[in-house]
Amino acid sequence: MTPRSKLSPVPVDAEDRVRRVEIIISNLLRAGVLGSLALVVIGTVLTFIHHPEYFTSPADFERLVAPGAAFPHSVGDVIQGIQLWRGQAIVTAGLLLLIATPVMRVAVLIFAFIYQEDRTFTRITALVLFLLLLSFFLGKVE
Amino acid sequence: MTPFEFTLLAFAISGAAGVLGSLLGLGGGIIVIPVLTLLFKIDIRYAIGASIVSVIATSSGAAAAYVRERMTNLRVAMVLEVATVSGALSGAFLAGQIKGRWLYIIFGLVMGYSALMMFHKRNQVVTEEFVPAPWADWLKLHSSYYDEALKREINYRVARTRVGLALMYGAGVVSGLLGIGSGALKVPAMDLAMRLPIKVSTATSNFMIGVTAAASAGVYFMRGDIDPFVAAPVAAGVVVGATIGSRLLGVLHSRLIRMVFVAVLLWISLQMLIRGLQG
Repeated sequence: MTPRSKLSPVPVDAEDRVRRVEIIISNLLRAGVLGSLALVVIGTVLTFIHHPEYFTSPADFERLVAPGAAFPHSVGDVIQGIQLWRGQAIVTAGLLLLIATPVMRVAVLIFAFIYQEDRTFTRITALVLFLLLLSFFLGKVE
Repeated sequence: MTPFEFTLLAFAISGAAGVLGSLLGLGGGIIVIPVLTLLFKIDIRYAIGASIVSVIATSSGAAAAYVRERMTNLRVAMVLEVATVSGALSGAFLAGQIKGRWLYIIFGLVMGYSALMMFHKRNQVVTEEFVPAPWADWLKLHSSYYDEALKREINYRVARTRVGLALMYGAGVVSGLLGIGSGALKVPAMDLAMRLPIKVSTATSNFMIGVTAAASAGVYFMRGDIDPFVAAPVAAGVVVGATIGSRLLGVLHSRLIRMVFVAVLLWISLQMLIRGLQG
């Protein structure tokens, strides 16, 4: 330990660690967002290629947004749809990736605080992730 | 209207919602829901499903830039998130036992009052007055960010962590009960009670709303409320808009952001009061 780092409130290497973690989180987020954006755009383009009538038919719009419109809403449906190159299934995969990014971000943050050797915040962040999963499962039961 | 026209229009409008939402730390639901239901006559269930996706898109689209530029205070976000999610869980259990009408009136008034208080301190970037903050000291919440508009590093101290936690719990209860307005309560709580700079408040709120919304979005998806045809142009538009908005936040002056936020907050509070008074 040099005398200098004793004087400063945050030691230099700790600040460097924080910075590195911030960059990793930022890049992870960008990858998740770009990936989901790509899937949504590809899926939408495929939908219009498979259904050229969507360019001209107002009746199709009514059908697509009507209550009870058919679209994949389980992970199994999405996987099956992707294997058939169905546009709406690829869009849904993109939306699911988007929904997962904030949760992954919290999970990565837990590792970041472990890496920074910050016990208090490792616990706080783990508690946040636990509460998120709890509200997800309670909502599912409803 | 053809499906193609809808996709283009919804993309453009969602882009604007993304810019505004990422600048102000709001989800963009205040724009997306009325546009989808009133302009496109889309079923309210699918409009809410698309809106929850737009909240996450705003948050994630902007967050990459905000975290890198240290605009988001991750430690404050995690501490407050504990209170918000607990509040949202309580709100979901209370739903049906409390009359929505009184909540709309109470929180309409709270938001109106917050808007006036925020207007009052419109020329401040950081509160200079020193407030002792044992909790924030212990949790090491104080931080700094580089303000591109002022071309200097802004150091700030976080104050009244416990008041902030209580307000966040309240914001969580309201969003659990009414499904709206959590960003509109988070930003004033951080700005007025905890004394965070306005840019840090909106960026941190942005981070938090995405995390909270992700849990509910999973549930909406399994219930079949997220129609990919409706949500696709909204998500894509908002991501693009939020990316642009996050570039703007650094450059714009705090005063301008505060004034736009105050205007939007007054508008939301008025809407809530009207809903409450109509029963």
